[in-house]
Amino acid sequence: MVYAKRIDKRKFDEIRPIRAEVGVIPNADGSALFAFGETVAIAAVYGPKPLHPQHMQDPARGIIRCNYTMLPFSVAERAKPGPNRRSKEIGMVAGNALSSVVDLERFPGTVIDVEIIILQANASTRCAGINAAAMALAHAGIVMDELVSSVSIGKIDDKIVTDLIKEEEDYEEGEGATDIPFTMTSRTKKIAHLQLDGKIPISRFKEVIEAAKKACEKIFKYQERALKGEKIN
Amino acid sequence: MIIKIGAEGESERKQERKLVIPGEVIVSGEEYLPGDFTKKENNEIIANRYGLAEISRRVVKIIPISGVFEPRRGNTIIGRVEDITFNGWVVDIGGPYSSFLPVSECPRFINKNNLAEFADIGDIISAKILNVKKSGIDLTLKSKGLGKVEGGRLVKINSHKVPRIIGKEGSMINMIKNKTKTEIIVGQNGYIWIKGDLEKENLAEEAIKIIVNEASSDGLTERIEKFLEKNLIK
Repeated sequence: MVYAKRIDKRKFDEIRPIRAEVGVIPNADGSALFAFGETVAIAAVYGPKPLHPQHMQDPARGIIRCNYTMLPFSVAERAKPGPNRRSKEIGMVAGNALSSVVDLERFPGTVIDVEIIILQANASTRCAGINAAAMALAHAGIVMDELVSSVSIGKIDDKIVTDLIKEEEDYEEGEGATDIPFTMTSRTKKIAHLQLDGKIPISRFKEVIEAAKKACEKIFKYQERALKGEKIN
Repeated sequence: MIIKIGAEGESERKQERKLVIPGEVIVSGEEYLPGDFTKKENNEIIANRYGLAEISRRVVKIIPISGVFEPRRGNTIIGRVEDITFNGWVVDIGGPYSSFLPVSECPRFINKNNLAEFADIGDIISAKILNVKKSGIDLTLKSKGLGKVEGGRLVKINSHKVPRIIGKEGSMINMIKNKTKTEIIVGQNGYIWIKGDLEKENLAEEAIKIIVNEASSDGLTERIEKFLEKNLIK
């Protein structure tokens, strides 16, 4: 059986309905909400502020300290709170993706804290988190070259699909499922982050990049609108 | 979104400022020059920060509307004593770095063996930024009206909203001071010290919160005046 039709009846290159908003956390210096359908992420940015412990300070540049948290009720089976291997890794890759666009040399020896919190998860949480964090950084008045937009591309059986849901991630028939989270910068269209979970022949990778670029451009439009004061539901 | 700044704009004529996001092309053309928080690439002026873009003659700059306080030399600030060292005080002024006030920048006699006598941890001082160096920020009290402030409360707002709190030539802040009969000192770092009767302090703080939330609207001074009058009668 081939994967002829998507489980939730979307087109293969269709993104789930997007929600985006900035200023959701008044106490933070900058904050944003970003959601792909049932995957909801909020991000808060604090700083730049003095970095402690001191041995973590870099005299040449500031650092981004990114934490990714999935709330216990965000998934069907209660997620154990606290950092784990997965959340540490996602925090690191998200921080690296964001560091590539932020002007860190401006405030040496400081830290910009980015907190990404997943309120509800249905796959692509890191992508929603990165999108929210990029908006929150801009909203916090951080000096940066451009934004980043993130999307997950998958290969389900032999089809390239955009913005996976959990059931697609777990698809086992035919060639099975491959998940490729992808982050692109908004203006220069450079790749800020790319991961791969599964198998894909090199010959099909070009299709993945094309699909990802198309989706990221669409996502950026939403991020831009939200930052300009619109509340997108 | 286009925001018209009337009351507190520096220029006489109403200027249109456009909200821009990082990476956005503000204008293109060879004649334009990049100002604060912008860069020029292939004859396009690109925003590097979220804020209001303003084009004055050929220079394009961005006026930040969010973000932490960026200390500049000569700023008058309010700070809270964080720590005492052998020769001065470490003062929290918000923003990326904490600052240092050496004893030598204090205009009156201080007992060097007991600095806490003048200002203890947690005390609020009003000071001026002497200089901003790579190694840190130095403060001074050697100017009129600076020093430790007694009592009162500290309200923290975003430093970019300070011009709105002060208003044109101090119109807003003076109005609040007169109506509520409180003493108010506004630091350029967004720390505001208020002292007066408890009720009046509350009212002044509430008025400040309203100004912060409605910073970009017109006729704010009149509305705040009405708000204060309504609540003072009660």
